[in-house]
Formats: sequence, C-alpha cells, structure tokens
Amino acid sequence: MTDTLQPSQTAPPAPEQVEFQPHRRWYRRPEILGPVLVVVVGYVLLIVGVEEHSRFSTRMTAEGRSDFDWMYFWHLVPLMVRGLLVTAKATVLGFTVAAILGFFLALGRRADSRWVSWPTAAVIEFVRSTPLLVQLFFWLAFIRATGLITPEGAEAIGFSRSLLILTLGLGIHYATYCSEAYRAGIDSVPKGQWEASTALNLDPRTKWEKVIIPQAIPNALPALGNFLVAGFKDAPMGFIVGVPGILFFANTVRGEDFRVTEPFFLVGVGFLMASLPAAWLVRRLEERIAYERT
Amino acid sequence: MSAPEMTRTDVSAKGAAGVRMRGVNKAFGTNVVLNELDLDVEPGERVVIIGPSGSGKTTILRVIMTLERIDAGTIEVGGRHLYHEPHGDGLKPASEKHIRKVRSDIGMVFQHFNLFPHMTALENIMLAPVKVHGKTGDEARALGMELLEKVGLEHAANQTPGQLSGGQKQRVAIARALAAEPAVMLFDEVTSALDPELVGEVLSVLKDIAEEGKTTMMLVTHEMGFAREVADRVVMFDQGRILEDGTPDQILRNPEHERTQSFLQAVLEH
Repeated sequence: MTDTLQPSQTAPPAPEQVEFQPHRRWYRRPEILGPVLVVVVGYVLLIVGVEEHSRFSTRMTAEGRSDFDWMYFWHLVPLMVRGLLVTAKATVLGFTVAAILGFFLALGRRADSRWVSWPTAAVIEFVRSTPLLVQLFFWLAFIRATGLITPEGAEAIGFSRSLLILTLGLGIHYATYCSEAYRAGIDSVPKGQWEASTALNLDPRTKWEKVIIPQAIPNALPALGNFLVAGFKDAPMGFIVGVPGILFFANTVRGEDFRVTEPFFLVGVGFLMASLPAAWLVRRLEERIAYERT
Repeated sequence: MSAPEMTRTDVSAKGAAGVRMRGVNKAFGTNVVLNELDLDVEPGERVVIIGPSGSGKTTILRVIMTLERIDAGTIEVGGRHLYHEPHGDGLKPASEKHIRKVRSDIGMVFQHFNLFPHMTALENIMLAPVKVHGKTGDEARALGMELLEKVGLEHAANQTPGQLSGGQKQRVAIARALAAEPAVMLFDEVTSALDPELVGEVLSVLKDIAEEGKTTMMLVTHEMGFAREVADRVVMFDQGRILEDGTPDQILRNPEHERTQSFLQAVLEH
C-alpha cells in the first residue's frame, strides 16, 4: 500500500516560502533604541525644562574663615545643579550645531571641486588652531557689533542672547572637530564598498545614502561621543559671554560670600557626576551599533 | 519548457555585448601595467585571462569596470565607446553621464565579495534594481528571490553577509551582479579568497551562468580545470601584454611560449 508511505517520502518538500525581512535598522533594535531614547528625552528636558537664572544668592553664610563648611557645602548643591543644567543645555545645543555643521564640513572638504574643498579645509584648520576662549570673545564682539542677534530676538525663541552666542561659538568650534570624526568615519569604509557601488552603477546620492553613510556614522560615533564630553567640559567657558552656567555659579558665590573652596569643589563633583555616565553611555552605544565586518 | 535549448551560436543574439580594447595604456606611477593592449572579446564569448600575479590581468577588468581610468587608448563595450564620446568626426573624453550610461552594460564580481554588510542578502541584490533600474520594491524582491534561488541561497535571503560563509557571500555577490542583467560580466579571481572546500559551489554557479549564455564573461582565475571546461578562449597575459591567445586546449596543453609553460607548471604544481 502506498498509503503507508510517509508523506515526506512521496512528495518533494514544499518550497519554503521565504518572507521578506529587511535587516533591522538601528531604530528597530531595542538595545540601541533604548539608550537613544534616554538621550533624546534628556535632551528635550534640558532644552525645554532648564531655565537660566543668573542669580546664585546663598541664604546662609559659612562659619569660619577657611575651614571647609559642610552645611554650607550642602546648601550650595541645588545652586550648583542649576548651573550645571544650564551648562548641559548649552552643550547639547552647541553640539547639535557641531554634529550637523561638521557633517557638511566633512563633505565640503571631500568635494571634488577645489573651489569648495580648499576653503573648507582652510576654515577647519583656522578654527581648530585658535582657542575656544578667543573665539567666544570674538563672537560676543561680532554679535554685539553687527546686531545679528538682539536680546529681544533671542528671548522671542526662548533663549538668552548669551546662550545663543555660546551655542554658536561652541557649535562652530566643535563642528571642525566633528568634521574630522566624520572624515575618518568615511575613510574607514573599505575601498571595496566604493568599488561595489561603482560596479552596480549607483548614482552618487544612493551611494552616499545607502552604502557609505550607514557604515561611516557608526565608525564616527566613538569620536563624536568623545567630542560631546569634551564640549561639555568646555561649555563652562560660556561664563565669559554671560551664560549662567556652573562656572558662573562658582564665581558668583565667590564674589558674594568670599568662599572659594566649597563652590569650586562642587564644580568638580558636578562634572564628575555628569561626565562618567555620559562616557559610559557613549561606550555602550558604540559597542551596540557597530556592524560586523565582512 | 517549450523553449529550445540554446546553443552557443544563439548567444550573441541575446543581449550579450562584445568588448574591444585598442592601444590601452595604464601605468601606476612608473609601473606600466597595461602596455598598448589590444583585446577583442566577441559577444557571448567566455574568455579566461591567466598570467602571473602583477602581470596586469586584474587591471584589464578594472579599467573595463571604470574602477581605474586608462591613460591612453580606447575601450568599446557593445559597440559604444566607454571613455570617449563622438565629437564631430573624432572622439572626445567622455562625460561622467556618458560613462554611467555605458557602464550599465557591465557587471563585476570581486575577489573579496564587497557585499554591503549592513544589508541582508536580498537587500544587497535589490538595491540597484530599485535605485538604478527603476523597479518597484515588489518587482525587485521577486527578481532577488529568483536570483537567490538560482545560486541556491533562497534560505539565506534575510541573512546579513556576516552570517554567511565565504562561498555563500560570493554567490550572493554573483546574484547581485546578475540583477542588472549585464551584457558583459567580469569575474576577478572570484574563488581566490575562498577556503578550498567552498570553491566548488561558486564554480558551479559560474558554469550555470556560462551555460545560460546571456552574457559575455571575462574571468581572471587560477582554476585551470574550470578554465578548460568553460572557456571559449584563454588569454595568457604577461608584463602588460598578451603573450598567447587561443583555445583552452592550445594554451593549456600545448603552449608555444616558454613563459606560458613555466607559468602553467608553477600553477599546476601548486
């Protein structure tokens, strides 16, 4: 009886229907989406929630002349956090400018036309070889002289003018560093990927959008993350253009209460609190987003 | 299937294109790689290029694919100049646009696969059909699955290159190149980077393509057995020039030149 034969022996195996599953993009991978969401939410909270108070008045006086006063120290903590948050806000604003502008600087420097690539390279080198402090003074004078940003105009979009000047200065300064990170990321895409794009006759746009950038950005992430942390450490310099950040806090306290040890010690504590988790987060993200090499 | 089996003589009618190189020069610095090279490949022909390493045989493929630009000479693919455009009675250097147009007839498979690591096998194949040939996603997907089936990898459609073996990667790369239905296909040492036990699966895919005969094939390879089986012609290349050119039997069994003899001996002993 043929009926006794097992089906698998009589019929050839049914052709397996393969369902199309696109490779999961980073935004579909929970292990990447999680940290990114945390960062974005933190970002929005900083931008929307943090207001700039330029008053850092203490309501108590420290005992003694030079001894470390713990009561006074704890009393200063909320003021420090307020300053730190303003500094963090300036950092994310500035770094947003840097990350976007830096990308276009990187493309400009790689451009085929010398009329684009040489001036771009000159600007990058010039900005990189002058100190941020000097650039901030320059932007302050420049904005005041030209009236490009008026205090009222800045208030209208919800920021102070000094914060916008810091954003501009920090953004342009770090854009030049970011552009180098992007450039290294692009250069690290293997030559074979460019050649495969040519062999498939991809147009330049598809080549960049679908082949080069998706591989270059993960490569650039570690360096970008490091610049974010470095930018955070430079952001207190906004003090000199009048941004009430963490250095502004310490300096105000010094001026009003004549105390130096507690506020400046707190500045160090504040930075440690913020920098360590940030560095850790950057490292985690870069581990997870990296593509396996073929 | 009611369609008659195709013979070799039908081949040229099926969209395969010839290649014609005249006086092609290419040097890297002072190192002359192609030296006044003339080479004709008939439509549908399967030409295997052999020669010692550094002889410039890979460069032949790379200049046809426009991965390297030539210093002098002309190359025609399917009767159209690759690096030149008609200008009055003569020729002028071609624009990028012109090169792109002619290049659409050419496909290439690389020694190191060069698959896109951030895409699945199927997405690798679908990219050019969707972005370059204006196919819809569904059409490209159907084409991609058909090609994966052809190379025996339909089950790997959703895997990324990192999850595939070398032989599988190369078969996906071949499918990706086939998706453009190129009139000329270039194979640059496609089995050289593979573990010995994986070479067979790639060669058998190449044989299938050769038997189908829809495309002209130019292969640089050290697989002499494969060359004998598949090639219409074998070209021995040395120091930027063609040393010997003939049927596989002629070149591989009775080479005229001493240089060819010693090269073959070295390869076969290896």
